[in-house]
Amino acid sequence: MKDAKVIELEEVAIRFSGDSGDGMQLTGTLFSDTTALMGNDISTFPDYPSEIRAPQGTVGGVSGFQVQFGHKHVNTPGDYAHVLVAMNPAAVKANARFMNPGGTIIYDQDAFNEKNLRKADFKTDDPFAECKLEDYFKIPVPITSLTQEALKDMGLDNKSILRSKNMFALGLVCWIFDRPLDYIEEFIRSKFSKKPAVVESNLKVLNAGYNYGMNMQHMTPRYIVNPAPIEPGIYRNINGNHATAWGFIAAAEKAGLELFIGSYPITPATEILQALSERKDLGVKSFQAEDEIAGITSAIGAAFAGDLAITTTSGPGFALKSEALGLAVMAELPLVVVNVQRGGPSTGLPTKTEQSDLLQTLYGRNGESPVVVVAASTPSDCFWFAYKAAKIALERMVPVVLLTDGFLGNGSEPWKIPSMAELPDIKPRFAKDPATFKAYARDSGILAREWAFPGMEGFQHRVGGLEKNIAGSVSHDPDNHQKNSEIREEKVQRVVDMVPDLTVCGDEEGDVLIVGWGGTYGHLISTVRELRKEGKKVSLAHFNYIKPLPRNTREVFARFKKIIVCELNMGQFASYLRDKVPGVEYHQYNKLKGLPFTVKELKESVVKLLEE
Amino acid sequence: MTEIKHTAKDFKSENEIRWCPGCGDFAIINSVQRAMAELGISHEKFAVISGIGCSSRFPYYMSTYGFHTIHGRATAVASGVKIANPDLSVWVITGDGDAMAIGGNHFIHLVRRNIDVNLVLFNNKIYGLTKGQYSPTSDRGFKTKTSPYGTIEDPFVPGQLVIGARGTFFARSIDNNVKLGQEICIEAARHQGTSVVEVLQNCMIYNNGVHDEISDPAFRADRQLILKHGEPMLFGQENNKGLTLEKGKLKVVTIGENGVTRDDILVHDATEEDPSLHLALINMQLPNFPVAFGVIRRVPAPVYDQELTQQINLVQKNRKISCMDELLQSGNTWEVTAKNGAAGEPGKCNKNEYF
Repeated sequence: MKDAKVIELEEVAIRFSGDSGDGMQLTGTLFSDTTALMGNDISTFPDYPSEIRAPQGTVGGVSGFQVQFGHKHVNTPGDYAHVLVAMNPAAVKANARFMNPGGTIIYDQDAFNEKNLRKADFKTDDPFAECKLEDYFKIPVPITSLTQEALKDMGLDNKSILRSKNMFALGLVCWIFDRPLDYIEEFIRSKFSKKPAVVESNLKVLNAGYNYGMNMQHMTPRYIVNPAPIEPGIYRNINGNHATAWGFIAAAEKAGLELFIGSYPITPATEILQALSERKDLGVKSFQAEDEIAGITSAIGAAFAGDLAITTTSGPGFALKSEALGLAVMAELPLVVVNVQRGGPSTGLPTKTEQSDLLQTLYGRNGESPVVVVAASTPSDCFWFAYKAAKIALERMVPVVLLTDGFLGNGSEPWKIPSMAELPDIKPRFAKDPATFKAYARDSGILAREWAFPGMEGFQHRVGGLEKNIAGSVSHDPDNHQKNSEIREEKVQRVVDMVPDLTVCGDEEGDVLIVGWGGTYGHLISTVRELRKEGKKVSLAHFNYIKPLPRNTREVFARFKKIIVCELNMGQFASYLRDKVPGVEYHQYNKLKGLPFTVKELKESVVKLLEE
Repeated sequence: MTEIKHTAKDFKSENEIRWCPGCGDFAIINSVQRAMAELGISHEKFAVISGIGCSSRFPYYMSTYGFHTIHGRATAVASGVKIANPDLSVWVITGDGDAMAIGGNHFIHLVRRNIDVNLVLFNNKIYGLTKGQYSPTSDRGFKTKTSPYGTIEDPFVPGQLVIGARGTFFARSIDNNVKLGQEICIEAARHQGTSVVEVLQNCMIYNNGVHDEISDPAFRADRQLILKHGEPMLFGQENNKGLTLEKGKLKVVTIGENGVTRDDILVHDATEEDPSLHLALINMQLPNFPVAFGVIRRVPAPVYDQELTQQINLVQKNRKISCMDELLQSGNTWEVTAKNGAAGEPGKCNKNEYF
């Protein structure tokens, strides 16, 4: 061990990459969990194709998982990887542009044969030169043949043997980054507890990879990344979709209600439905509907009948739910809709991230149909905003849309576990007095109606999509419609008293204010941090509340010379701000590649603006 | 337990009914209200859910909890209502356009899941609220504003969809027979699972007389076979016509002719699991057959809302996690102490500002 070349680093980004059947997502996840357990701050980003098994060996079939971990705060999975683990030539081709200059490439030299080079469309026999990666540190490892060697006495067929290749790579990377194997070993033992042969073969290959690193230390560098300085407490690793699911369970428990989810599987939101379906132990009623429309309408039915009701989807499904969301607006029922945004329009880029459903969420319904819109900004943040969305819906009798995105939903980070006691109360607006109850009678301050549902004696009433008078009877009276339209909008605006003021990250005034919303927080805060280190007067105002906007929005904007709105769309939030907070010049930085921002490109655009 | 007694009047709302004078819907609402009064269920436990169409104004004319939803989706809304509170008596009021066209998908999936709701399908074979376009149950060749040269489509037979979706309860009634409607609605309500009641309904304005051939009092006895479980399938002025099976097909016979005796007549078994004969009864049409009415199929099967409750109870019996705090602490967690995680650098901005 003494002879090993040891490099101490602040932060490292590793990208595991191979065929979509190579098990790269599992490899990346296991490595991330191990790393988080060691006390490093982490941020992960799975990047995979929408085909389950795209043609083997092709660039289109490459599946990747990037994790950044560090000894300081890590807010992004890293623009560029320091280390690439490539299981085949296609992985090199697909990921060359995501490599940090001078990075390390560990690759399965057995897979770099004529056939695979052609499949990946390399013209020569030197893929690294073709990808201009000559100066990179390359570690060829015969992963396939060493895996075969390790398992030769197990009596397994070749296909099963090759399936364990990823464990060799994982063992090797664990050695390089000084991670113990016990967590991974435990995972394998419990995951395959009914298949002892699979457990044995995977453990064997995992250790073979680790030992290979140790034995070959003269050629493999070893990195040390010390634990990050984070707030004391109990932590767990959580991704955005799980955090979202758990936020709703917590809200239901706090509110004393049962939780109903009506939903239809759609990438990248499906995991929320799955995570809630698992929780029958906590009484969650999950209903896998026949389509997106039945997903939301069953949830509306459950809200009408007294449950905390939610539906989850992504862009195309959100479009299908539009009419029903209007019904929830009209019936003034508590409902939360989660849109885990992906690249659009139409089917678009199902597995990639984007923020392009903002205007659809705000305006994509017939009639004047206002809803509350909130957006989470980090994976663990999804818990808080799911909780808050439910609180607003139940206390204000209004539909709330929670926007997350593929990057947040699939990405993970360590999360300091809260206790239920520290979460704020949720007080649903249960109807109290049958004698005075009217379906659309409102509180004069918050304009919310009361919630009475079937089974409650004496409150029988009717609601529906037709315009109503105060008693819940159909009304075509022109003045009533005008008045109710204004009330529905004003009711949403008055939610502002549940919205904390916008805070500025960085100085309260300066040359440039970066404005962002939702899932870009990690990249934007990293950008601000780096620019401030360089002495630039740059701050960040990141929005979680889109409708209504925080009260002090204009006041914050007024303290900066220039404002740049950065979003993963063509300027939807910027145009909303131009409408709601006019008289301010909004510069824009927009990206529509299905990928998160990079800190590098953000810095460049802000520096350019500073120089203008 | 005190006995719960209601009258039909208890279910009428103060809202003025705005169906066209003479509409078949009046008779149907009467039979539903009379049925509800007899069920012994507390008034506040009824929830009436409708979609869009003339019939879907129904909840406004009821004094129960009601939800007038959107086109085609009442079935899905009702599914959510029943799952949220399986204690409720949930009724779906829908029409041939609402349930068979725009809501076709939700209709078959409701039936497939066998959620315990009662669905009353008003079938007038026309779009009334939009003023007279053909519907998915209109006969081929039917001339309407959108089929001025006659439709070139074959209609759905609602009962066939119910059987095709593995339905457990299907009955057919007709608007002008309030008593039959009432009896059927009571059976539908008592059936555990999705009960589909098709009511042949007359639209005075856009399809007047659509069911006259069947409902005309002069021929009614010969053209309607009112099925009763356990009784022979007899009909006719003299009650001497009946159904037999010949080479696997239904046949109309007359007792006393060709040596046919009463014993040869099929006896209706609504509880037969095999749906073949039920389907044959559903398919009967004039002029070769009478039209079948009454409860055609009523079979026991697992009920979604009951199964869900049972599954939750079963899982909870052996659960390791019983509240959110336990869930949060479950699985892989680790502790950061001041020692290994000394705070120094500013933390994530904004982090404690959520509320």
